[in-house]
Amino acid sequence: MPYQMPFKSLLTPGHTACAGCGEILAMRHVLDAAGANTIIAGATGCGEVTTSKYPTSSFRVPWIHANFENASAVASGILAAMRYRCNEASKHRSNESKAQEISEPVNQLTSPEGAPSGSTNLIAWGGDGATFDIGLGLISGSWERRENILYVCFDNEAYMNTGVQASGSTPIDANTTTSEPGAKSMGNSLQKKDMVRIALAHDCVYVATATVGNVLDIEAKVKKALSMTGPKYLQILVTCVPGWYTDAKDTIKVARLAQQTGIYPVVEYVDGKLVNVAKCPRPRSSVEEYLKLQGRFKHLFKDEKGATEIKRIQEKAEENVRKYNLQ
Amino acid sequence: MRFNLAVNPGTTKENKTGNWRTDVPVIDRDRCIACGACARACPEGCVFVVGDKALQGKVFFEKDLDYCKGCGICAEECPVKCIKMILEG
Repeated sequence: MPYQMPFKSLLTPGHTACAGCGEILAMRHVLDAAGANTIIAGATGCGEVTTSKYPTSSFRVPWIHANFENASAVASGILAAMRYRCNEASKHRSNESKAQEISEPVNQLTSPEGAPSGSTNLIAWGGDGATFDIGLGLISGSWERRENILYVCFDNEAYMNTGVQASGSTPIDANTTTSEPGAKSMGNSLQKKDMVRIALAHDCVYVATATVGNVLDIEAKVKKALSMTGPKYLQILVTCVPGWYTDAKDTIKVARLAQQTGIYPVVEYVDGKLVNVAKCPRPRSSVEEYLKLQGRFKHLFKDEKGATEIKRIQEKAEENVRKYNLQ
Repeated sequence: MRFNLAVNPGTTKENKTGNWRTDVPVIDRDRCIACGACARACPEGCVFVVGDKALQGKVFFEKDLDYCKGCGICAEECPVKCIKMILEG
């Protein structure tokens, strides 16, 4: 049957992400929720190399490639430019002696007449490497300045773009190329950094997590975040097929299990208060179910030592359930 | 010296990534309930509504096979399992 693709999404297909990529799926929903009136600063990572192979671009919105660490700083610059144009426009508009200085924070970009029109959304995004490790300082600065930017972190729990090196986001016992399991090691020995609490410590107006297991949740959270003024942080767990050694078809299933087992609590804070959590189903799935689908935890199922590690991970999930009242 | 490094929006549609595929998704149209789960779940965003509302008020979804990488998420997420991944060739 002859048919033609309508290309409705703001993220055009033809990008070179792996089959079953969770990051690009989350990215598409973030973009579509934000709408066409959006400017994006993207950090280096899979989300950048797959979508912007020169001379092509997947994006149908203004998108700028920042360096690994400075997506939020580039977004700050864009915000400053928006503010400047807003002030200039207001000077032209009013013939009165003093042009009105637009006060902080500038939420709206101007229409040509200078009136704060429908808001232009400013999003900075990056992977977990750019967020948890490399860009943390500049993100912290942007939050400190109370800039009206939504920072979206696509958390795939390692440096996937360069070949699965462990990052600050890598969970305990995961197998990466820099934390291989063996006789003396059970994989990554460090706990995952709690970026949500770091964001909360900066008094971000909106802090939320989501997983690619529920894409409608992502869209709702992006829309809610963009309706607020101030620094905002959204962290989305995205499955990485080559990095997690999962089947391409399980992308959504794995991410959904992360939420349902309590390993990855899906929470939502507004002005520092916990307003929403995604509840786990009853009976709650055990973490084994989640770990089993992923090759990066394969070594845990080999021997006794692995079984105790699984127990530890299960305890961590229980702790999350108690802490956030997930059930 | 100035370089113009900006590129046109949405130009990756030149890359037809369909040739990455080994399994092709085939929709059983009789069982499709037109819920749109496949369209939401597709990482490429290449599932879309085809044609008008067909019989029984259904709107069918079809993939653009120029771009489908054959990951099989749609088949996994389909609530009525009416999408089958079939070896192409």
